[in-house]
Amino acid sequence: MPLFRNGRFEDDDWQIPAGDAPLPASGKVAVPKARFLAEREALRGRNAPVGVLLTAGDTLDDIVPDLPRLGLVVISFPKYADGRPYSLARLLRDRHGYVGELRASGDVLRDQVALMLRAGFDALDVTHAGTVAALREKRIVAVRHHYQPASAEASETRPDPRPWRRVSAALS
Amino acid sequence: MYRYDEFDRTFVQERVAEFRDQVARRLSGELTEDQFKPLRLMNGVYLQLHAYMLRIAIPYGTLSSRQLRLLASIARDHDKGYGHFTTRQNLQFNWIALKDVPDILDKLAGVEMHAIQTSGNCIRNVTADHFAGAAADEAADPRPYAEILRQWSSLHPEFTFLPRKFKLAVIGAPNDRAAIQTHDIGLQVKRDETGSLGFAVYVGGGQGRTPMVARKLRDFLPEADLLAYCEAVLRVYNLEGRRDNKYKARIKILVHETGEAAFTEAVDAEFAALKGKALTLPADEVDRIGAYFASPAFASLPAQSDLYERAVKTDPAFARFASRNVHPHKIPGYGIVTISLKPTGQPPGDATATQMEAVADLAAHYGFDEIRVSHEQNLVLPHVRLDDIPAVFEALRAAGLATPNAGLVTDIISCPGLDYCSLATARSIPIAERLSERFADLDRQHAIGELKIKISGCINACGHHHVGHIGILGLERKGEEFYQITLGGSGDQICTIGEIVGRGFSSGEIVDAVETVIDTYLGLRTSPQETFLAAYRRVGEAPFREALYAAAG
Ligand code: SF4
Repeated sequence: MPLFRNGRFEDDDWQIPAGDAPLPASGKVAVPKARFLAEREALRGRNAPVGVLLTAGDTLDDIVPDLPRLGLVVISFPKYADGRPYSLARLLRDRHGYVGELRASGDVLRDQVALMLRAGFDALDVTHAGTVAALREKRIVAVRHHYQPASAEASETRPDPRPWRRVSAALS
Repeated sequence: MYRYDEFDRTFVQERVAEFRDQVARRLSGELTEDQFKPLRLMNGVYLQLHAYMLRIAIPYGTLSSRQLRLLASIARDHDKGYGHFTTRQNLQFNWIALKDVPDILDKLAGVEMHAIQTSGNCIRNVTADHFAGAAADEAADPRPYAEILRQWSSLHPEFTFLPRKFKLAVIGAPNDRAAIQTHDIGLQVKRDETGSLGFAVYVGGGQGRTPMVARKLRDFLPEADLLAYCEAVLRVYNLEGRRDNKYKARIKILVHETGEAAFTEAVDAEFAALKGKALTLPADEVDRIGAYFASPAFASLPAQSDLYERAVKTDPAFARFASRNVHPHKIPGYGIVTISLKPTGQPPGDATATQMEAVADLAAHYGFDEIRVSHEQNLVLPHVRLDDIPAVFEALRAAGLATPNAGLVTDIISCPGLDYCSLATARSIPIAERLSERFADLDRQHAIGELKIKISGCINACGHHHVGHIGILGLERKGEEFYQITLGGSGDQICTIGEIVGRGFSSGEIVDAVETVIDTYLGLRTSPQETFLAAYRRVGEAPFREALYAAAG
């Protein structure tokens, strides 16, 4: 699946085993939260970064202690109109100081891309062909001027002394 | 009023460009109607029974004459020559071609207006007291806070896909003219013992099929914490609100199902983490926004106007207008004028392009260029010299806008109902029109006194029937429309949900039934000063039920 990360399409260097499939012997691996909790010790012993897959509706409570060691958190949007992943992303970034890759998967559509980036996602797992094309061809038209601080402070500028105004970089 | 700077202008232009791109993708077929729906809703475009409807935001119901004139020109150029003011202080055009919408939005942007978040499952246009800045009973002007909330909630990246729509309302007076306790968040600006400003915060009110009065979560939230607290409430709602059933998705259900104590605890925990950080309101920013709402240059005038008093004495029509449609102003020598959009037999809230222009002229000439839209679907000139009110009355009369019925039985709130709305189960506008005809006699209306009738065309309750002194809900059974009556509802500071009196009435019976209720009230009130609501609260529903159903057995 095309992975849009840090503003461009890149190869995915993470492995996500399907279902209960055994973990690959080496390399970066990410597993669903339930499996992560069940196999936490074994995963900790691996010699490579580990990630967790969340879905809308999951809570963060039981993985908070692990966040400093995680290299990837994927949050899946079951439907793009399900807004819970935005709050999860903001909590990860702002509340828990998570600095690893934060990836949106599932129903990732072009009209939401700008919102996802502001909520703290820095990677998008895109399956929708129109969205892939729009991102590749830099055809995404989005609002860049914002009235509220969010979770992309590092990549946004402040246009004037007003406390909440932010401007994000162009998507295209 | 608030004025855009370069940043605000760019924001709105970018949003228009984004929506233009979305419309183009829909028209080219790249987006299906299903995919397009949430996108268009977020920008106020509905698909109604017969056409697209465009709902334009009028933040906290405040307009300048230039803005109202532009709305008139859109009515003329893109609609059928009229517009409809809504219970959310917005304006709807009911006959719009989708392909015209981006151009209409461009025109709106030219007068600092837009249609952002007038629908969809996001934070909607913030409403406020329509007498803000003018009312004699005001502790502080709610508009600066409404504007701060408007900005913060505009395209908020976290709260654009909530479980359901989310409505905020702000007042600054103890008398609640904006029905804040029926909102998802209702705020009352107030001062504490030390004179500091803050808010009473009500959460979880709502109408619809499960009406609920909001709970007071905070008696005094310090001013600086406004946004942090709202963000905390919204985050808890976004994460925890139900998404499995759209009729259980509003925050009122979450508060109800979680329980007030547990819900408050969750909000407080979130608030504790957000408080004192990026969202704290700096005093100078509150002042900067507040300066836009500074009082106009009022003249120093005697409290009484001879001209006004003489007109009251000599012209009975003016006297009637003055008694209902002029409210006390905080500045001596001024009055607040309500322009009724409820003439006899017309759909409540409609105004023609010519009428909008007439009101714009009056505001420019007599009213410091300010117009307000009330949630009761009327217009307001908030600052008029008492000396000028007779002339304003004459001009309104010429425009067909001088109906002296503010707050009376024909000042009816009605949703669009089956004439426009695809969700409706019954017609509501024709019922409003027939009631307005039945009670057209002005002497009779004034004798009945304060009485709010509110009509909804389905259980979604957009016509606020739950908080009508007399509420009417249009339903459908076996292909027949019928109407259920609720009594004793009220959206003011003593917020109450009306009680259903009994079985419903057919379309043919409903107007007679309302008349029976009113005649019953007239027969039992202790004096003409005892309003319908006061009398109902004293005697309860029994006498009304008896009068309505006794004959039928
Ligand atoms: S109450 Fe029902 S009929 Fe009336 S506008 Fe709302 S959804 Fe439509």
